[in-house]
Amino acid sequence: MNLQACLLLSSGLFCVGLYGLLTRRNAIGILLSIEVMANAANLNFVAFSRYSGAGYGQVFALFVLALTVAEVAVGLALVMALFRSHRDALVELASAFRH
Amino acid sequence: MAETILFYIFAIGVLFAGAQVVLRRNPVHGALSLVACFFFLAGTYVLLAAHLIAILQIMVYAGAVMVLFVFVIMLLNLKDEELGTPRRTIWKGIGLVSVVGATGAVAWRGLGSAYDSVLAHGAATQLTDMAKHTLPGAPFGSLKAVAHAVYLNSVLPFELTSLLLLVAVVGAVVVAKGKI
Repeated sequence: MNLQACLLLSSGLFCVGLYGLLTRRNAIGILLSIEVMANAANLNFVAFSRYSGAGYGQVFALFVLALTVAEVAVGLALVMALFRSHRDALVELASAFRH
Repeated sequence: MAETILFYIFAIGVLFAGAQVVLRRNPVHGALSLVACFFFLAGTYVLLAAHLIAILQIMVYAGAVMVLFVFVIMLLNLKDEELGTPRRTIWKGIGLVSVVGATGAVAWRGLGSAYDSVLAHGAATQLTDMAKHTLPGAPFGSLKAVAHAVYLNSVLPFELTSLLLLVAVVGAVVVAKGKI
Protein backbone atom coordinates (compact mmCIF):
# COMPACT_ATOMS: atom_id res chain seq x y z
CA MET A 1 0.00 0.00 0.00
CA ASN A 2 1.59 3.21 -1.16
CA LEU A 3 0.59 6.60 -2.48
CA GLN A 4 0.16 5.33 -6.02
CA ALA A 5 -2.38 2.72 -4.94
CA CYS A 6 -4.43 5.37 -3.14
CA LEU A 7 -4.29 7.71 -6.12
CA LEU A 8 -5.28 4.91 -8.48
CA LEU A 9 -8.25 4.01 -6.28
CA SER A 10 -9.23 7.66 -6.10
CA SER A 11 -9.02 8.19 -9.86
CA GLY A 12 -11.05 5.05 -10.46
CA LEU A 13 -13.72 6.18 -8.04
CA PHE A 14 -13.79 9.63 -9.62
CA CYS A 15 -14.25 8.16 -13.10
CA VAL A 16 -17.08 5.92 -11.83
CA GLY A 17 -18.80 9.01 -10.44
CA LEU A 18 -18.19 10.89 -13.67
CA TYR A 19 -19.79 8.10 -15.66
CA GLY A 20 -22.84 8.25 -13.41
CA LEU A 21 -22.98 12.02 -13.67
CA LEU A 22 -22.99 11.84 -17.45
CA THR A 23 -25.46 8.99 -17.87
CA ARG A 24 -28.10 9.50 -15.19
CA ARG A 25 -31.16 11.56 -15.98
CA ASN A 26 -32.69 11.37 -12.54
CA ALA A 27 -31.63 14.35 -10.40
CA ILE A 28 -31.18 12.18 -7.33
CA GLY A 29 -28.90 9.85 -9.26
CA ILE A 30 -26.83 12.84 -10.35
CA LEU A 31 -26.51 14.03 -6.73
CA LEU A 32 -25.39 10.54 -5.68
CA SER A 33 -22.75 10.54 -8.43
CA ILE A 34 -21.48 13.94 -7.28
CA GLU A 35 -21.14 12.50 -3.78
CA VAL A 36 -18.98 9.69 -5.18
CA MET A 37 -16.75 12.20 -6.99
CA ALA A 38 -16.37 14.41 -3.90
CA ASN A 39 -15.33 11.40 -1.87
CA ALA A 40 -12.71 10.49 -4.46
CA ALA A 41 -11.26 13.99 -4.07
CA ASN A 42 -11.39 13.59 -0.31
CA LEU A 43 -9.40 10.37 -0.50
CA ASN A 44 -6.77 12.25 -2.49
CA PHE A 45 -6.51 14.93 0.20
CA VAL A 46 -6.09 12.38 2.98
CA ALA A 47 -3.59 10.29 1.01
CA PHE A 48 -1.38 13.27 0.14
CA SER A 49 -1.63 14.48 3.72
CA ARG A 50 -0.47 11.10 4.95
CA TYR A 51 2.43 10.70 2.58
CA SER A 52 3.72 14.25 2.79
CA GLY A 53 3.52 14.21 6.58
CA ALA A 54 1.69 17.51 6.87
CA GLY A 55 -1.66 17.41 8.61
CA TYR A 56 -3.25 20.14 6.55
CA GLY A 57 -4.74 17.77 4.01
CA GLN A 58 -7.07 16.52 6.71
CA VAL A 59 -8.29 20.07 7.28
CA PHE A 60 -9.11 20.23 3.58
CA ALA A 61 -10.95 16.92 3.93
CA LEU A 62 -13.05 18.41 6.72
CA PHE A 63 -13.90 21.42 4.56
CA VAL A 64 -14.88 19.14 1.68
CA LEU A 65 -17.18 17.34 4.12
CA ALA A 66 -18.93 20.59 5.03
CA LEU A 67 -19.08 21.62 1.37
CA THR A 68 -20.78 18.42 0.26
CA VAL A 69 -23.27 18.66 3.11
CA ALA A 70 -24.25 22.14 1.95
CA GLU A 71 -24.41 20.95 -1.66
CA VAL A 72 -26.67 18.03 -0.75
CA ALA A 73 -29.01 20.28 1.22
CA VAL A 74 -29.44 22.73 -1.63
CA GLY A 75 -29.53 19.99 -4.28
CA LEU A 76 -32.25 18.02 -2.52
CA ALA A 77 -34.25 21.23 -2.04
CA LEU A 78 -34.01 21.77 -5.81
CA VAL A 79 -35.15 18.18 -6.38
CA MET A 80 -38.13 18.80 -4.11
CA ALA A 81 -39.05 21.96 -6.01
CA LEU A 82 -38.65 20.14 -9.33
CA PHE A 83 -40.81 17.26 -8.20
CA ARG A 84 -43.50 19.53 -6.82
CA SER A 85 -43.89 21.42 -10.09
CA HIS A 86 -43.51 18.50 -12.55
CA ARG A 87 -44.22 15.30 -10.55
CA ASP A 88 -40.88 14.00 -11.79
CA ALA A 89 -37.21 14.47 -11.04
CA LEU A 90 -35.63 14.42 -14.49
CA VAL A 91 -33.04 17.13 -14.87
CA GLU A 92 -34.13 18.33 -18.29
CA LEU A 93 -37.36 19.54 -16.70
CA ALA A 94 -35.33 22.04 -14.70
CA SER A 95 -35.01 24.32 -17.73
CA ALA A 96 -38.48 25.58 -16.77
CA PHE A 97 -36.88 27.20 -13.70
CA ARG A 98 -35.30 29.85 -15.89
CA HIS A 99 -38.53 31.81 -16.01
CA MET B 1 1.45 -6.92 4.95
CA ALA B 2 -1.93 -7.13 6.62
CA GLU B 3 -2.43 -3.46 5.84
CA THR B 4 -1.84 -4.09 2.16
CA ILE B 5 -4.35 -6.93 2.04
CA LEU B 6 -6.91 -4.87 3.94
CA PHE B 7 -6.33 -1.93 1.61
CA TYR B 8 -7.00 -4.02 -1.47
CA ILE B 9 -10.14 -5.50 0.12
CA PHE B 10 -11.37 -2.00 0.92
CA ALA B 11 -10.42 -0.74 -2.54
CA ILE B 12 -12.38 -3.49 -4.27
CA GLY B 13 -15.31 -2.77 -1.96
CA VAL B 14 -15.19 0.95 -2.69
CA LEU B 15 -15.11 0.46 -6.45
CA PHE B 16 -17.79 -2.22 -6.43
CA ALA B 17 -20.15 -0.17 -4.25
CA GLY B 18 -19.45 2.94 -6.32
CA ALA B 19 -20.32 1.06 -9.49
CA GLN B 20 -23.54 -0.10 -7.84
CA VAL B 21 -24.40 3.53 -7.01
CA VAL B 22 -24.02 4.47 -10.64
CA LEU B 23 -25.60 1.43 -12.26
CA ARG B 24 -28.66 0.75 -10.10
CA ARG B 25 -31.78 2.39 -11.43
CA ASN B 26 -33.66 2.44 -8.15
CA PRO B 27 -32.49 5.49 -6.12
CA VAL B 28 -32.96 3.65 -2.81
CA HIS B 29 -30.58 0.91 -3.91
CA GLY B 30 -28.13 3.56 -5.08
CA ALA B 31 -28.27 5.42 -1.76
CA LEU B 32 -27.72 2.24 0.25
CA SER B 33 -24.80 1.25 -1.99
CA LEU B 34 -23.35 4.69 -1.33
CA VAL B 35 -23.53 3.98 2.42
CA ALA B 36 -21.51 0.80 1.83
CA CYS B 37 -19.05 2.81 -0.28
CA PHE B 38 -18.61 5.31 2.57
CA PHE B 39 -17.93 2.54 5.08
CA PHE B 40 -15.21 1.05 2.86
CA LEU B 41 -13.74 4.53 2.36
CA ALA B 42 -13.68 5.01 6.14
CA GLY B 43 -11.67 1.79 6.30
CA THR B 44 -9.08 3.20 3.90
CA TYR B 45 -8.93 6.39 5.98
CA VAL B 46 -8.14 4.30 9.05
CA LEU B 47 -5.36 2.59 7.09
CA LEU B 48 -4.06 6.06 6.20
CA ALA B 49 -3.95 6.90 9.95
CA ALA B 50 -6.68 9.55 9.60
CA HIS B 51 -8.88 8.27 12.38
CA LEU B 52 -10.83 11.47 12.95
CA ILE B 53 -11.73 11.75 9.27
CA ALA B 54 -12.85 8.11 9.26
CA ILE B 55 -15.18 8.62 12.23
CA LEU B 56 -16.56 11.84 10.75
CA GLN B 57 -17.04 10.09 7.42
CA ILE B 58 -19.27 7.50 9.06
CA MET B 59 -21.13 9.94 11.30
CA VAL B 60 -21.68 12.77 8.83
CA TYR B 61 -21.91 11.00 5.46
CA ALA B 62 -23.27 7.57 6.29
CA GLY B 63 -25.36 9.03 9.09
CA ALA B 64 -26.66 12.49 8.33
CA VAL B 65 -26.31 12.94 4.58
CA MET B 66 -27.61 9.54 3.60
CA VAL B 67 -30.56 9.83 5.99
CA LEU B 68 -31.40 13.07 4.20
CA PHE B 69 -31.11 11.33 0.82
CA VAL B 70 -33.25 8.36 1.77
CA PHE B 71 -35.77 10.66 3.42
CA VAL B 72 -36.21 12.70 0.24
CA ILE B 73 -36.37 9.56 -1.92
CA MET B 74 -39.09 8.12 0.29
CA LEU B 75 -40.90 11.45 0.31
CA LEU B 76 -40.91 11.64 -3.48
CA ASN B 77 -42.01 7.98 -3.60
CA LEU B 78 -40.53 7.25 -7.01
CA LYS B 79 -42.26 4.21 -8.45
CA ASP B 80 -40.68 1.86 -10.93
CA GLU B 81 -42.93 3.01 -13.74
CA GLU B 82 -41.84 6.58 -13.13
CA LEU B 83 -38.23 5.54 -13.43
CA GLY B 84 -38.78 4.54 -17.04
CA THR B 85 -37.35 1.61 -18.90
CA PRO B 86 -33.57 1.18 -19.01
CA ARG B 87 -32.19 2.46 -22.27
CA ARG B 88 -29.07 1.07 -23.83
CA THR B 89 -27.94 3.79 -26.15
CA ILE B 90 -24.70 4.06 -28.06
CA TRP B 91 -23.78 7.03 -25.89
CA LYS B 92 -23.62 4.92 -22.76
CA GLY B 93 -21.16 2.62 -24.50
CA ILE B 94 -19.08 5.58 -25.62
CA GLY B 95 -19.16 6.99 -22.08
CA LEU B 96 -18.05 3.66 -20.60
CA VAL B 97 -15.19 3.35 -23.05
CA SER B 98 -14.01 6.90 -22.41
CA VAL B 99 -14.23 6.49 -18.62
CA VAL B 100 -12.18 3.29 -18.70
CA GLY B 101 -9.76 4.94 -21.11
CA ALA B 102 -9.39 8.02 -18.92
CA THR B 103 -8.71 5.93 -15.82
CA GLY B 104 -6.19 3.85 -17.71
CA ALA B 105 -4.47 6.94 -19.11
CA VAL B 106 -4.24 8.51 -15.64
CA ALA B 107 -2.88 5.29 -14.19
CA TRP B 108 -0.40 4.79 -16.98
CA ARG B 109 0.90 8.32 -17.48
CA GLY B 110 0.29 10.10 -14.22
CA LEU B 111 1.01 7.60 -11.50
CA GLY B 112 4.41 6.44 -12.64
CA SER B 113 7.36 8.27 -11.21
CA ALA B 114 5.80 11.74 -11.37
CA TYR B 115 4.37 11.86 -7.85
CA ASP B 116 7.47 10.32 -6.35
CA SER B 117 9.65 13.11 -7.66
CA VAL B 118 7.10 15.75 -6.61
CA LEU B 119 6.96 14.42 -3.08
CA ALA B 120 10.70 13.95 -2.78
CA HIS B 121 11.27 17.45 -4.11
CA GLY B 122 8.63 19.27 -2.11
CA ALA B 123 8.52 17.26 1.08
CA ALA B 124 11.76 18.55 2.55
CA THR B 125 10.79 22.21 2.53
CA GLN B 126 7.15 21.55 3.42
CA LEU B 127 7.92 19.35 6.39
CA THR B 128 10.17 21.85 8.08
CA ASP B 129 7.62 24.56 7.38
CA MET B 130 4.71 22.55 8.76
CA ALA B 131 6.65 21.20 11.72
CA LYS B 132 6.53 24.62 13.32
CA HIS B 133 2.74 24.50 13.38
CA THR B 134 2.25 21.00 14.69
CA LEU B 135 2.20 20.22 18.37
CA PRO B 136 4.77 17.94 19.91
CA GLY B 137 3.08 14.92 21.42
CA ALA B 138 0.14 14.99 19.00
CA PRO B 139 0.60 12.13 16.54
CA PHE B 140 -0.47 12.43 12.92
CA GLY B 141 -4.21 12.21 12.43
CA SER B 142 -5.11 12.48 16.09
CA LEU B 143 -7.90 14.73 17.25
CA LYS B 144 -5.42 17.05 18.90
CA ALA B 145 -3.32 17.51 15.78
CA VAL B 146 -6.30 18.10 13.47
CA ALA B 147 -7.97 20.43 15.94
CA HIS B 148 -4.75 22.38 16.25
CA ALA B 149 -4.55 22.71 12.48
CA VAL B 150 -8.20 23.76 12.16
CA TYR B 151 -8.67 26.13 15.06
CA LEU B 152 -5.29 27.80 15.18
CA ASN B 153 -4.04 27.90 11.61
CA SER B 154 -7.25 27.80 9.55
CA VAL B 155 -9.63 29.93 11.58
CA LEU B 156 -10.79 32.12 8.72
CA PRO B 157 -11.75 29.24 6.37
CA PHE B 158 -13.46 27.57 9.31
CA GLU B 159 -15.61 30.62 9.98
CA LEU B 160 -16.33 30.99 6.27
CA THR B 161 -17.48 27.37 6.27
CA SER B 162 -20.01 28.15 8.97
CA LEU B 163 -21.20 31.08 6.86
CA LEU B 164 -21.49 28.74 3.85
CA LEU B 165 -23.61 26.31 5.85
CA LEU B 166 -25.86 29.16 7.00
CA VAL B 167 -26.33 30.33 3.40
CA ALA B 168 -27.05 26.74 2.31
CA VAL B 169 -29.68 26.29 4.99
CA VAL B 170 -31.42 29.55 4.10
CA GLY B 171 -31.22 28.73 0.39
CA ALA B 172 -32.61 25.23 0.90
CA VAL B 173 -35.56 26.60 2.87
CA VAL B 174 -36.28 29.26 0.27
CA VAL B 175 -36.07 26.85 -2.67
CA ALA B 176 -37.99 23.99 -1.10
CA LYS B 177 -40.74 26.01 0.48
CA GLY B 178 -41.79 27.98 -2.56
CA LYS B 179 -43.77 30.71 -0.88
CA ILE B 180 -42.37 32.20 2.29
